Amino acid sequence: MAFGRRNFFDAVATWRFSAVLAILSGGVALGQEGGEMRRVADIFSPLSRPSEMILEPTVLVLLTSLGIFLVVFFMLVYVVWKFRRRGPADDEREPPQVYGSNNIELAWTVIPCLIVFVLVLVTARSIVEIQKAPMPADALKVRLVGHQWWWEVHYPELGIVTANEIHVPVSTRDGKRRPTEIILESADVIHSFWVPQLAGKTDLIPNRSNRTWIEPFRTGTFFGNCAEYCGTQHANMLLRVIVQEPEEFDRWVANQKQMPAAPASALAKQGRADFDAISCINCHSVDGTVADGVFGPDLTKLMTRQTIGAGVAPLTSETLRAWLVDPQEMKPGCNMPDMQLTEPQLDSIVAYLETLK
Amino acid sequence: MNAATDLTSDWKLPSPRKVGILTLIVAESALFTIFVVAYLYYMGKSLNGPYPHEVLEFPWLGSIALFGSSATILAAERALRGGSHQRFLFWWGLTTALGIYFIFFTASEWWKLITVDGLTIDTNTFGTTFYSLVGLHAFHVIVGIILLLCVFLAAVRKKIHPDHHEHVEVISYYWHFVDCIWIVVLTVVYIISTRT
Amino acid sequence: MSQEITVDENFRMPPPEKVGREPGSLTSIVQSLIFTVDHKKLGLMYIGSGLLFFVLAGSLAALMRIQLAVPENKFLAPETFNQIFTMHGTTMVFLVGMPIIFGFANYLVPLMIGARDMAFPRLNAFGFWIFFFSGLLLYFSYLGAPGIYGAGSAPDVGWFAYSPLTAKAFSRGHSTDYWTISLLLGGVGSVATSINILVTIFCLRCKGMTLGKMPLFVWMNLVMVFLVILALPCLSACQIMISLDRYLGANFFDTQAGGSATLWQHFFWIFGHPEVYVLIMPAFAIASEVIPVFSRKPIFGYPIMVAASVSIGFISLGVWAHHMLCIGMTALGNTFFVISTLLVAIPTGIKIFNWLGTMYGGKIRLELPMLFCIMFLFQFLIAGLTGVMLAIAPFNWQLSDSYFVVAHFHYVLIGGLLFTIFAGIYYWYPKAFGRMLDTRLGMAHLVLFTIGFHLTFLPQHFLGFLGMPRRIYTYQADRGWDLWNFVSTIGVIFQALGLLFFVANLIYSYWKGKKAGDDPWDAWTLEWATTSPPQEYNFAELPAVRSRRPLWDAKHPDDPDWKHE
Repeated sequence: MAFGRRNFFDAVATWRFSAVLAILSGGVALGQEGGEMRRVADIFSPLSRPSEMILEPTVLVLLTSLGIFLVVFFMLVYVVWKFRRRGPADDEREPPQVYGSNNIELAWTVIPCLIVFVLVLVTARSIVEIQKAPMPADALKVRLVGHQWWWEVHYPELGIVTANEIHVPVSTRDGKRRPTEIILESADVIHSFWVPQLAGKTDLIPNRSNRTWIEPFRTGTFFGNCAEYCGTQHANMLLRVIVQEPEEFDRWVANQKQMPAAPASALAKQGRADFDAISCINCHSVDGTVADGVFGPDLTKLMTRQTIGAGVAPLTSETLRAWLVDPQEMKPGCNMPDMQLTEPQLDSIVAYLETLK
Repeated sequence: MNAATDLTSDWKLPSPRKVGILTLIVAESALFTIFVVAYLYYMGKSLNGPYPHEVLEFPWLGSIALFGSSATILAAERALRGGSHQRFLFWWGLTTALGIYFIFFTASEWWKLITVDGLTIDTNTFGTTFYSLVGLHAFHVIVGIILLLCVFLAAVRKKIHPDHHEHVEVISYYWHFVDCIWIVVLTVVYIISTRT
Repeated sequence: MSQEITVDENFRMPPPEKVGREPGSLTSIVQSLIFTVDHKKLGLMYIGSGLLFFVLAGSLAALMRIQLAVPENKFLAPETFNQIFTMHGTTMVFLVGMPIIFGFANYLVPLMIGARDMAFPRLNAFGFWIFFFSGLLLYFSYLGAPGIYGAGSAPDVGWFAYSPLTAKAFSRGHSTDYWTISLLLGGVGSVATSINILVTIFCLRCKGMTLGKMPLFVWMNLVMVFLVILALPCLSACQIMISLDRYLGANFFDTQAGGSATLWQHFFWIFGHPEVYVLIMPAFAIASEVIPVFSRKPIFGYPIMVAASVSIGFISLGVWAHHMLCIGMTALGNTFFVISTLLVAIPTGIKIFNWLGTMYGGKIRLELPMLFCIMFLFQFLIAGLTGVMLAIAPFNWQLSDSYFVVAHFHYVLIGGLLFTIFAGIYYWYPKAFGRMLDTRLGMAHLVLFTIGFHLTFLPQHFLGFLGMPRRIYTYQADRGWDLWNFVSTIGVIFQALGLLFFVANLIYSYWKGKKAGDDPWDAWTLEWATTSPPQEYNFAELPAVRSRRPLWDAKHPDDPDWKHE
């Protein structure tokens, strides 16, 4: 299926199913900087080329299965109805004892074989199309490293490091393609990248480099979960893919490359000193400071992100403070311990962190 | 239900003991297959030495002993069927002794690998797959030795008779199986992986 | 390699068991259970233990559904939830499914082939007790792991325990080891019992019963034990490897030392996929006995049913990596497993058609065993089709590890296996206990449980479509998952009520059920040729058979089966 052309089945499946799902699930909401917040995702509303490519064999197998189901279901109902025992009179004689029929067996073997044959051909072609889709040389490259329970995000060619959010430019159906190639690695256990409207899932496996790609053609913030059980807080290892207009994306890149301004207020300065002195720097890194830890997310541009704790709460002053008071309250079992900060330390460090934008 | 008179009177079914031991052998083969596959998968993938070709020597004596014990167990079976109790004791005892020798041989090989070459199960993937595969085989040999010893002791106490030939035969099937696994281990570990 | 087996004219009744105290006292009953080697008692013990673990694992499921009924629920801590889904899955597969199917096979196979007991009665008892011990060991983890200073901790790595999550670094304490050792022991028991069943089938059939004249129940259990014998040792290999990794520093799955995380998945699913066919084959076996009797016709296409079952057995050994289509295999690798998985669907579908062909032209008695089988046909159809969908790799890339998969396998295991287990219990309870199960309690069970089952699991397909992954202890409120999760939880209430009626029926009918007699259903296989319950020696005189339906021949001497087969 060529990018941009959608056939009848896709249209039917997509709009009707999505409409039903949207009604049932409360629809979409608008978020401030991420554009449309596409919290409710379903695989029948693909907004990216790979997930569109997945939809074709999906609809085929769904309709085939529906057809088989209806045929067999009605056969079952018919047989139970027509040949039910009608009363004691029916017990006097046994029905004709039929042992089988080679012709019928042949028929209901050959037909499933043919169905399977068609499914195999369609599927094989789809697998190759998606897995071996050629990437333009200037495709954006992202390297995603899974951790228990957050996502480390690198843009190797742009020199950007962030966490839990991937920003990409939107593609268009005609004109300039802007796919993003995502390399998937893991620092500990197996995780899985799944943002249904953008692509099928691919696992992040330690000691192995996997590759997937997305090519969204709508802006907005897409929500995804880690899709391979990875321990205590697997449920809260959330990912956002923020698809932006090219100009907005470029502005974001420029901002990410820029070091945050040095803290101005006395409180923030004190906060930086506290941050550097307390063991925060063992796990976290902040560009331009002594902090270069690798176990926790890079905090250089913390305040540009939408959430804290890999999606466990939206990022605000209050949630930032609450996180520092005790991360175990907000994300029990996560790897950041309660740092036992005093009130003054909390004030200063929050003030400092709020300058990281 | 009475036996119908026009049924075939010749109703032959396989022996439960033989089918039982053969089925057990199939199950054990599946177990060994996984360890062999793991060994083959990790061949050449160790991140550090020692490597197979550096430390492994072809286990001539142990293998000869083990293969020889398959021949001696055949002789023991023949002796039992022929009614010769002394010969049975001799050949069966020799089989057991050869099996025990094999274990000592393996133990001394491992001693050399651990103390001289520094290869343990955690050294690299070669160590892991080597010790687990050879160790699993050795464990099965030890179980076989225990079975052989039980029969030997029973024979010493004059409890084994020619009508036990089938009991003895199923134990010999197990023993031959252990031998066949050794052929696979020799091929995969000592021949193939020392050349890659 | 053969030994003549003849009808035993010199057979004498065995002397009564000397079990101390008067027969009928509690001590003698307990002692006879502990020391028994009788396949019928062991069969009932297997099924009884399986049902006890079923109540346990079902309660765990209810707790999960309460936690997931509303978003951001605080009913269960994440650690607890993760332990619960691990214990639920592990229990249901190894402590409910396997023992119940072994129980049915144990009880019925010797009777159906006209034998007095299994080939190795003491091995039979060993198999049961090691399973029972392995179950106790798994649950002891709640008390025992991780150590005497902390509270106990059950395994929390999921029932398939992917590495490296199970490495010492990521699973501290001993909770994972309880999972490992319990399953290792249980596996030994499963293989032992399977060898027993296989040898019994090959070596103890009564005179005239060639392999082509065995009941389909026996055939499908033969395929089942064949799969166990090949697949369970692969699980044992996994357990040995992970234990070596955890305790001797081995590097099978240690990615830092060059080990492979995906190797575990290959080895586990080489066991795991045949395992699910092990679980469903006995469902087919029960259906293949009940449907013909209640349609008053022989099974349609017996030879094809045998061929289809054997094909399913063989093909199922080659489909394992359809559980791994998201790990980044090559296009060729993915395509291979798509093809093999779709291939296994063909004989499975053929069987459904054969069951329908059996019912066609019959005089279907809509009694409880048959009603459960009809629901099985409907639900297994859905399950099989969602399986076909999941075989399509691109579809799998979206829906693997989502609630769609959870819905699929619960439709297979509950909608398929459990419903036929219920059918089998309603069908053979009269044989085992001499009394019929009550019809009204049974209908309440059927209706309530069916409603509850569909309420819980049908919406989970939609949750999968909406992007909800598995094994999450909570979810945010705005993802569109609220409604279906809530509906799914409501279904639990109906299922629990249905099961209450079922348990009440089992207990009530033991004392007050209508007396059954030898052959209450007017059936055709050999277990109905003896008393209800059968004597300890099964048959006064070992039978001899001429066709697949010996009792039909006896009841219809003018038109016996062997004239037509």
